[in-house]
Amino acid sequence: METIQLEIDGKKVEAERGTTLLQAARKAGVEIPTLCHDDRLAPFGACRLCLVEIDRGGRKRLVASCAYEVEDGLVVKTVTEKIVRIRRMIVELLLAEATTGPLEVLAGKYGLKGSRFKGDEPACFLCGLCVRYCAEVKKKDITCFIGRGIGREVAFPSDLARSACPLCRECLPLCPSGAWYSLYLKGYEGMPEETGPRQGA
Amino acid sequence: MAKLKSASELKKYRQDILAGRDPDRPCVTICLGTGCLACGGEQVHQAFIDEIARQGLEDRVDVRRTGCHGFCERGPLVVVFPREICYLKVTAADVPEIVAETLVHDRIVERLVYRGDDGKKVVHENQIPFYRHQSRVILGANRLIDPNRIEDYIALGGYSALAKSLFVMTPEEVLDEVKRSGLRGRGGAGFPTGKKWETTRDAHGETKYVVVNADEGDPGAYMNRSVLEGNPHSVIEGLIIGAYAIGARHGYVYVRQEYPLAVANLTVALEQARDLGLLGDNILGSDFCFDVAIHRGAGAFVSGESSALMAAIEGRVGEPRPKYVRTAVSGLWGKPTNLNNVETWANVPAIINRGAAWFGSIGTAGSKGTKIFSLVGKVRNTGLVEVPMGTTLRQIIYDIGGGISSGKEFKAVQTGGPSGGCLPAEHLDLPVDFEALDRAGSMMGSGGMIVMDADTCMVDTARYFIQFLSEESCGKCVPCREGLKRMLRILTGICAGRGRPGDIELLEELGEVMSEASLCALGTTAANPLLSTLRYFRGEYEAHIKEKRCPAGACKELIRYYIVPEKCQACLICARSCPAAAISGEKGQVHVIDQSKCTKCGVCLEVCPPRFAAVAKFSGKPVPAPVAAGTRIQGRK
Repeated sequence: METIQLEIDGKKVEAERGTTLLQAARKAGVEIPTLCHDDRLAPFGACRLCLVEIDRGGRKRLVASCAYEVEDGLVVKTVTEKIVRIRRMIVELLLAEATTGPLEVLAGKYGLKGSRFKGDEPACFLCGLCVRYCAEVKKKDITCFIGRGIGREVAFPSDLARSACPLCRECLPLCPSGAWYSLYLKGYEGMPEETGPRQGA
Repeated sequence: MAKLKSASELKKYRQDILAGRDPDRPCVTICLGTGCLACGGEQVHQAFIDEIARQGLEDRVDVRRTGCHGFCERGPLVVVFPREICYLKVTAADVPEIVAETLVHDRIVERLVYRGDDGKKVVHENQIPFYRHQSRVILGANRLIDPNRIEDYIALGGYSALAKSLFVMTPEEVLDEVKRSGLRGRGGAGFPTGKKWETTRDAHGETKYVVVNADEGDPGAYMNRSVLEGNPHSVIEGLIIGAYAIGARHGYVYVRQEYPLAVANLTVALEQARDLGLLGDNILGSDFCFDVAIHRGAGAFVSGESSALMAAIEGRVGEPRPKYVRTAVSGLWGKPTNLNNVETWANVPAIINRGAAWFGSIGTAGSKGTKIFSLVGKVRNTGLVEVPMGTTLRQIIYDIGGGISSGKEFKAVQTGGPSGGCLPAEHLDLPVDFEALDRAGSMMGSGGMIVMDADTCMVDTARYFIQFLSEESCGKCVPCREGLKRMLRILTGICAGRGRPGDIELLEELGEVMSEASLCALGTTAANPLLSTLRYFRGEYEAHIKEKRCPAGACKELIRYYIVPEKCQACLICARSCPAAAISGEKGQVHVIDQSKCTKCGVCLEVCPPRFAAVAKFSGKPVPAPVAAGTRIQGRK
């Protein structure tokens, strides 16, 4: 594996070609916030919290560090005024949907006491961790996204898919919004105890 | 039909077609593009067939079905060749007269020809002002071609650019010609086409693809549909030439399911091209092999985005991917894939035939050639307009479009579809090209142009586009999905009189983050309708928020209708027309609108006789209290 050199927040960092900026940064001890990333899954690039600024020959642009592959000599900044402004807004948008552990931590980090947007009820962030974990790691595709735009949601595509769920419950702790657990339970409402998910899983 | 095995066989085939045609023989062409079909074009066509048979003229007259001519406002359109007499808004009932007068006696049916504002009649299609100010490099052939007859296309020199490419030019020379022409992508971003081709050509790998993007989805835009419906071979020929230059053996046309006629005509065109050996193995007897498949889109606007489109062709959900590698290098199934818009491909045969220098002589320094716009909205001549790049908005809207249909003042023109922006009157003399529109805060986009007059509310316009995008975004990334959701709520609130101080600043903040942080171009441009209206019409936003007033009088919740007691003649017309039964009054009694029942439909304002003009529209100020019930006597003058 070829090793290349780049600079992240002023630190000289070595990384293997083919890895991402996020991986290189974390290896170097530089923390970048994410909500939709999991090392076991393919980059999704949906939460946009992991945006960083790259500089190539003076041309700066923002890229999602979870999906952008390391390049030799690349200069990366993980915190700039603009990046902080973007992350604050993203966290504020999501705070209107739910206030859960990971989001509260981020809200504290970016000095947010609440959101200027009014939420209706705790809602899913659509990070897709449950959907993608089931598809990519468990190879099961029990759940999926349906709809698009502001009507997008996570759902069981069919009873057939739901009944094929191995009930491994590995998707449950992945959820950053807490919405998945109630949806999951609802999906098995009325099913016999031994086939449905255990309460408090 | 035997396959053509060489350039000379194609030439001979064309000569045979021309030899079998008499240029003086009358031919009735009927526009059967989707617009004219919707206005009864099919019945007109059938009436011609029947009437010509009834009069026994079948052996003396041809009837040709064509695609869109462009002047959709006046459809169904009929042009009688060889004199090119153009009849507008033709109905089946007009057909016997046209046959008897024009076809039998060679006389003009005066009542069906174009009449200008000065009362002057214009008989010939090309002389109608709508067409006279255009340069129809791409659309011009539509009126001469039955899209289901490849012979019509070949008769006009069709596929000669392909023959020239295959037998006279190397792939490198074809690529070089396109590069030198300065052609830029017509789908929106305006990326240099030759450079894109070169990237795919030079990309690593044996298998490469070329794709036509026909997922036209901007509200009001239909130029791609009309090219595919009316002249599908021009797109196919461009695609084959591109495949030859790039080194691709497979191509796709990604066309929306909502364009059934385009799909049907394209299907026939591909079959006919295959039958003639213009597609498939050893095209025209050369070593070059290439074929095309149609992929029908399932109705998602976002699938026009390159990586989403390719995901859809692969059978996956049409969503943009987060990868930072261009589809030109890694596209369909990870192979280098060149994607161009319908109109871009249709330009290629003309460039090969007439040369890069000719193409480069049209347009502006940075934007070459012509561009098709679909001119819609509050303009008199709606339709498809093809003009050289650099033509001003004023020329398009006034010289070609005939000005504002309502006779009211021009307010703005929306260009570039949902990702574009609204430009005010001060920009009417802007030469339309990629850079100029960009600088003004809008964009070329694929060529939608929506004209708005004084009655159009710019906040409501922004709200409309934001709503469109909130439904059509894929919903994957947070800034785009949540940003649009919040923007829509705030804008809906402002239009409904619930705007609060700080809303504008919050909208701007949201718009900025969406532009900077979204995953794909849909999201990074989604705030444009908002940001451009804020840039030019900030006062309208402020009036909605601070004064609860809609300056255009369009936002229903901010307007009130009121019958001015001094003017009301108690004629009962408005009271009888009111669908909500909100108007009380009787003969001799001043009429009064019950504001709690009024649905703000505006019918009372429309029906009140102009000589009375007793109904007024209020916005931003309270409606005077109604005249006390006992004193409503109207003293008729």
